[in-house]
Amino acid sequence: MLARLASPRTGGLLALAVVIALLPLALTNKYFYDIAVLVGLNAIVCVGLNLLIGYAGQISLGHAGFFGLGAYGSAILASRYGWPPLAAMLTTTLAVAALAYLVGRPILRLKGHYLAMATLGLGVIIFMVITTEDKYTGGPDGIAVVPLSIGGFVLQGERIWYWVVGALLLVAVWLALNLIESPAGRALRALHSSEVGAEVVGINAAEHKVMAFVISAVFASVAGSLAAHYSGFVTPGKVAFLHSIELVTMVVFGGMASTFGAVVGAAVLTTLPQLLAAFEDYEMMLFGAVMMGTMIFMPRGVVPSLARLFQSRRQQPSSGEGSGT
Amino acid sequence: MKPMQSRNNFKRGLAAVAATFALIAGAAVAQEPIKIGSFLSVTGGAAFLGDPEQKTLELYVGKINAAGGVLGRKLQLVAYDSAGDAEKARTFTKRLIEQDKVDVIVGGSTTGETMAVIPLVEAAQIPFISLAGAVVIIEPVKKWVFKMPHTDRMACEKIFIDMQSRKFSKVALISGPGGFDKSMRGQCLDVAKKYGIDVIADETYGAGDTDMTAQLTKIKNTAGVQAVLNAGFGQGPAIVTKNYRQIGVTVPLYQSHGVASKDFIKLAGAAAEGVRLPAAALLVADSLPQSDPQRAVVVGYTKEYESHFKSEVSTFGGHAYDGLMIAVEAIKKAGSTDKAKVRDAIEGIRGFMGTAGVFNMSPTDHMGLDLSAFRMLEVKGGNWTLVK
Repeated sequence: MLARLASPRTGGLLALAVVIALLPLALTNKYFYDIAVLVGLNAIVCVGLNLLIGYAGQISLGHAGFFGLGAYGSAILASRYGWPPLAAMLTTTLAVAALAYLVGRPILRLKGHYLAMATLGLGVIIFMVITTEDKYTGGPDGIAVVPLSIGGFVLQGERIWYWVVGALLLVAVWLALNLIESPAGRALRALHSSEVGAEVVGINAAEHKVMAFVISAVFASVAGSLAAHYSGFVTPGKVAFLHSIELVTMVVFGGMASTFGAVVGAAVLTTLPQLLAAFEDYEMMLFGAVMMGTMIFMPRGVVPSLARLFQSRRQQPSSGEGSGT
Repeated sequence: MKPMQSRNNFKRGLAAVAATFALIAGAAVAQEPIKIGSFLSVTGGAAFLGDPEQKTLELYVGKINAAGGVLGRKLQLVAYDSAGDAEKARTFTKRLIEQDKVDVIVGGSTTGETMAVIPLVEAAQIPFISLAGAVVIIEPVKKWVFKMPHTDRMACEKIFIDMQSRKFSKVALISGPGGFDKSMRGQCLDVAKKYGIDVIADETYGAGDTDMTAQLTKIKNTAGVQAVLNAGFGQGPAIVTKNYRQIGVTVPLYQSHGVASKDFIKLAGAAAEGVRLPAAALLVADSLPQSDPQRAVVVGYTKEYESHFKSEVSTFGGHAYDGLMIAVEAIKKAGSTDKAKVRDAIEGIRGFMGTAGVFNMSPTDHMGLDLSAFRMLEVKGGNWTLVK
């Protein structure tokens, strides 16, 4: 029973649920709720991206592209053409999944730097299309988005969004944890350790990589759609290369191959700039110092390093944490 | 200049730390300060906007406090760096409203950032004075939103009027990829008809292009072009100007107010000679005639800014000056920081002389500037001169 509780699939998920349920006690105004919602949305993207980077061992420097496609797809279909927001979100997600599949098949045959470059290129192309096609996207100045409505109910206000995003984050984490523990997840981890070795034991490397790529793109797209409806406005900044880097940094910071690491990474890197804003000119310096310090003293990322520290004597064969580097 | 600067930064850092401690200690102040909230692109691609804006706000909040404050209360500036990111601008605005509980917001360096926060300030019912350019900010009129800079449409109109007076009617347009460029291109195409201007060529260049001879050659070979208008921002227009002379186009070249800074003349060098552009009087403060009613304001601001920061003024910092002064004026008139009263007072501002021109706000016009706010300038001898 205790072992079950300590495993990420039950204990970890339960802990996350408790945190989400109790957090509002500390959120004393709408601004804090706003930060919490942003953390949740980033965490959803990172949990997906972590499947690709942490488990399948493939890099993507273009995930802001998928996030942006989700955001702009919802924005354009729902705001410009008056589609019901949920239908717009669903259509966009399917389209992004199809795009990720079509693009993923050829580019995931590349490895290392070449794969990084191909995904970077994909992100840049999406960014350029969005900035240039100002007739549909509003160009560099961005586009306003209608609020998310389901049936006759309009989702507005930070508190409602907090619960929606919190619930979706739990679902995302639950899906990711189950995927990792499934045969497909084990195949992904095998791929990460040795692609040749994995193929020798009969794992279809190409198919699994594309699967991880499509799933992570879908997570990013859904988070993008939600972010667009939540903030009511999208600009190409969310699609830019820098945002892709931020997302990868969150995953690496929290700890690769750790789903809760991705959540922690998103939480820390989203709130840190807000905490440091009081230091004005020193903000970026302190931010850099925190990043460097973490990477020097916890090279595997925050969560795996801490988990090792606390459980150094306990063996966790079924745990996903810290197993695939 | 460098060590001065970093010392200032250090002091500001200390002040920030001290302010944090003061907050933690919960030190109660006898008289609550009036809080001016701001979010500006101090870093990132739009830093050339946000940096002079922030410096101006800090400088003048300090000056106003030294002179006794407003309504007997000190001003307190709460400024965040939104780095040109609309999402950050939105979060910081929420922070200004919910956490810092500011009385008025003066900020928003770019149009994207401004548009992203408009739903928030409208919902929170707090007066917001934007420092960004595009006309969409105030059209249609939003109850709580005002803006300081001239719009791009006014720049187009000013240029077209100058073209009319020189009997030009067939014009070529060349523009860049940025938000400013795109918005201005659209506005110019929109109002051209009204001034009897025919846009017979419409070329664009990309971000980071280092050579525009291809587009300019096309314009040169278009029959009947009498003048060329470059709607652009940043480096692009300087390159256009250089290429323009290199391939020997002889018809007059017009630039936009987006390049109205000394940097443009430095970058384009001798090629800038004879280029005309509309700009605020701030750039030619010293050559304004003594009788000009705007002279006192722009010369005063220029002296203050340049002696304090040892760098040249830009119109962008001027917008921040205008925004702060109008906010202060409105608070004085309202006699309190009651948000609805301050809003009404801003809307009631008439004949207010700022660096951008005379502001006459009204319920249908939340910018309040007219075409007289723009002066037509020409580059002569490596400097701006007023076109008579």
